[in-house]
Amino acid sequence: MIITRKKNFNKILEYLEGKTTVFLFGCNACAEQCETGGENEVKEMTNLLEKRGKKITGFSIPDETCYTMLIKKTFRENRDDITAADALLVMACGAGVKAVADIAGDEKPVFPALDTLYLANVARYGHFSEGCAMCGECLLGETGGICPHTDCPKGLLNGPCGGVVNGKCEVNIQNECAWIRIYTRLKKQGRLEVLKRITPPKDYSVQIKPRNTIIESRKKTQ
Amino acid sequence: MLTLRDALTSNRFVITAEICPPKGTDTTAFIKNAQLLKNRIAAANVTDNQRAVMRLSSLACSVLLLKEGIDPVFQMTCRDRNRIALQSDILGAWTLGISNILALSGDHVSFGDHREAKPVFDLDSVQLVQTISKLNNARNMNDTSLNSGTDFLIGAVVAPEANPLEPEMIKFEKKVLAGARFFQTQAFYDMENFKRFYEYAKRFDVKILAGILLLKSAKMAHFLNKNVPGVTVPTNIIEELESAPDQLEKGIEIAARQIRELKTFCDGAHIMAIGQEENVPKIIESAN
Repeated sequence: MIITRKKNFNKILEYLEGKTTVFLFGCNACAEQCETGGENEVKEMTNLLEKRGKKITGFSIPDETCYTMLIKKTFRENRDDITAADALLVMACGAGVKAVADIAGDEKPVFPALDTLYLANVARYGHFSEGCAMCGECLLGETGGICPHTDCPKGLLNGPCGGVVNGKCEVNIQNECAWIRIYTRLKKQGRLEVLKRITPPKDYSVQIKPRNTIIESRKKTQ
Repeated sequence: MLTLRDALTSNRFVITAEICPPKGTDTTAFIKNAQLLKNRIAAANVTDNQRAVMRLSSLACSVLLLKEGIDPVFQMTCRDRNRIALQSDILGAWTLGISNILALSGDHVSFGDHREAKPVFDLDSVQLVQTISKLNNARNMNDTSLNSGTDFLIGAVVAPEANPLEPEMIKFEKKVLAGARFFQTQAFYDMENFKRFYEYAKRFDVKILAGILLLKSAKMAHFLNKNVPGVTVPTNIIEELESAPDQLEKGIEIAARQIRELKTFCDGAHIMAIGQEENVPKIIESAN
């Protein structure tokens, strides 16, 4: 689940200055669950913009706005409304905005209505916590399934810093120190020797951007 | 010039103290504090943007200390530089005459005056110690040989009152393995507890300089207990401060008392006076 947050409405008005007609995109996947880009939020945005004198030419809430094929389909199905819009406003994560912008081409301005925050676990509906930092070199096998990249604000790889207060993290005292949790779990599993090995520095070359992947079975059909 | 390396091999009790670089380019007060400490301490630690508050660079201030005839301990955190910048500055420090480095993770940027900054932490403190060891062997961290290397005395920190203690001790051992030869400890006030740590630490070939934090007042003690991780000021010390007519004088007396006791068993002491550097000579004299 990709977590998003609504941008300040004034920022959106700033984007749309001088634009009178707008087409809205939501997203029925992550943004719907975050209550940032589902049907309710698209309606709410429609009302807010109409109050400011904007005309909403139409809207679409694709099942997954990050799917380029779905966006192409949306463009086909809403050709007139999209053509009539001075700008497209996307209430989805950054990948959704990018998908819309790629299809919209060079002439049509596309703006984000949300900020994209992190990849989350869902504890229950509406309760999210950062799940994975997507570092490209999974360490969870050495850390008892607790991620120092994701859960330690410093991303330390060789144990706790001096900022542990009774097992809590100094950066946010509500949080358990990731390294104390790792230590406790490895100890229970009789695997403390793993903690005693020096973990080498991370290889950030695996994160050189932008990254693209085509899975093996699809390579022939691309 | 007295050097930390000589002092640590002499088997005499070694005293180091911390000096904080100024917030700006006027170094008058910094130099004045340094001159007060000259010949009284074996080396002076220069903090590296302590608490993530931007100050004059630790490298520049270390060089200023050298000019004053004081052996600097160049403190280096992993917070603000990636591995290229760290290695480059380590080499630079060596060519400028610095011969001691204290490797730290560094306080998170969220504590400081630039909360919006990108926290780097490309390396952690263990990996930084390892990197300095490599540079000491004329190789960079990727094992490429250098035209000439460094010969730093490498230090690190340890919190003897960390709770829980075991993960902190595992990390201490990793730092030793990586090449740390001296340790300056987090401040502590429970001497019996510290003795237990010292006995454990002496199984390794390292020198331990016990962290002494000058208590300026009972208010500061309460602040430390509330806000500074890994430091606990016990009630009896707070009461002692509270009942004193001059709390700063009492704080100096407590610090001196700790050092006197440390002299009976420990390798040395590291005095952190945070803004009260001018009182460090008094602590040292009272501890004689």
